[in-house]
Amino acid sequence: MAIKTIRDHLAENPVFSGFDGDTLDLVAGCGHNVHFEAGDQVLREGTDADAVILLRHGDVAIEVAAPQKDPLIVETLHEGDIVDWSWLVPPYRNMSDARALTDVRAISLDAGCIRGKCDDYPKLGYQMFKHWLPHLAGRIRAQRLQVLDLYGADAG
Amino acid sequence: MRGEAVLSAAGQTDPMLPRRARVRSAWRELDDAVSLSLEPVDGDLAPFAAGQFNMLYAFGVGEAAISVSSSPDTTGELIHTIRDVGAVSGALTRLKAGDMLGLRGPFGTAWPVEAQRGRHLLIMAGGLGLAPLRPALLQALARRDAFAGVTLLMGARDPGGILFPDELAEWTESPDLDVVVTVDSAAPGWTGSVGVVTTQLPRALAGIDPTAVSAFVCGPEIMMRHSALALADMGVPDAAIWLSLERNMKCAIGFCGHCQFGPDFVCKDGPVFPWPHVAARMALREI
Repeated sequence: MAIKTIRDHLAENPVFSGFDGDTLDLVAGCGHNVHFEAGDQVLREGTDADAVILLRHGDVAIEVAAPQKDPLIVETLHEGDIVDWSWLVPPYRNMSDARALTDVRAISLDAGCIRGKCDDYPKLGYQMFKHWLPHLAGRIRAQRLQVLDLYGADAG
Repeated sequence: MRGEAVLSAAGQTDPMLPRRARVRSAWRELDDAVSLSLEPVDGDLAPFAAGQFNMLYAFGVGEAAISVSSSPDTTGELIHTIRDVGAVSGALTRLKAGDMLGLRGPFGTAWPVEAQRGRHLLIMAGGLGLAPLRPALLQALARRDAFAGVTLLMGARDPGGILFPDELAEWTESPDLDVVVTVDSAAPGWTGSVGVVTTQLPRALAGIDPTAVSAFVCGPEIMMRHSALALADMGVPDAAIWLSLERNMKCAIGFCGHCQFGPDFVCKDGPVFPWPHVAARMALREI
């Protein structure tokens, strides 16, 4: 069985599969494979958002912690999901903790490399806009519903 | 256009006259929800269809519309799962084995289970919405070979709010259906999914032709509306989506108007409606 390249994996990702071939090559040049074991910290709040993590296999929990309280899992991410978007928005600082719930295999894209190539190749920047915006809009729409506490006793 | 029409109590005896029923057993499902198994005192149990409801009368307090949560296939069993949200439902949840209550019904339209033969049946539940869907799920599992597949996608507020957890564990192990459960928030230790039910649709329907999917959806109205839209976005035909509405029902036979929803009475024309029939109205704030 042939080993899949970073580009092959990107082409199967729901967000990156829509990219043009030449821009996909540019993105693939910024990526490498990573592995996390269950319980490993994938991202830590407040640290530099220097990686774009694309899940190929496994589950990741997005956690928010408050002093003297147990952290809350506010979202779980699965195969095909992208862990965070802090790398895309200044000041490029991770906004939450992310922890592997299972064995995780992922593609890690160097965020500085991606941002630099977007500046150098406007077509790549446009592909990012075109294919990331629906992804972000979907995540925001889902989280708006999530904060409604739909299943509480007062829910109608 | 409507949910599956079935013989209702309105065609049998005086539909406004409650018959006595005795609580055979009562058990707590959630902190604020109880299931009651009832046995008739005045005659036999009326046959019911999946998705229908009864009016349960807590003597001296009042009546509430409660969906049946047991299978129509199980003769002699009538279970209602009730959340304590007010005076009447609270009184019903405090009933114990041997206590009496009044019962009128069954009323309303049903999940069109039989009509989905050959298709992939998606049962999509939010919170206590699994209770009215359970009869349809049990019917589908009893006829499992008739369906291309059966998937249960369930959302809850948190892990403690998951209805029928023991049965859900059995279903998860069963090869007869796929189960996807998600909660809105969880503490560390929860190994399942966190996120609204709509985010789990790609997982629930992975590898399935969306045009071959029929979806029964029940939960809070906002959840149902967004679920139906998300299903349609994925390619599930609008006409293959049904949902169960809830309104303040009083007479249950379409006379009093308490549950009027535009041109429909939810008690008589629903509670199970095809999505295209109610889609435009569900976006209105006024009704």
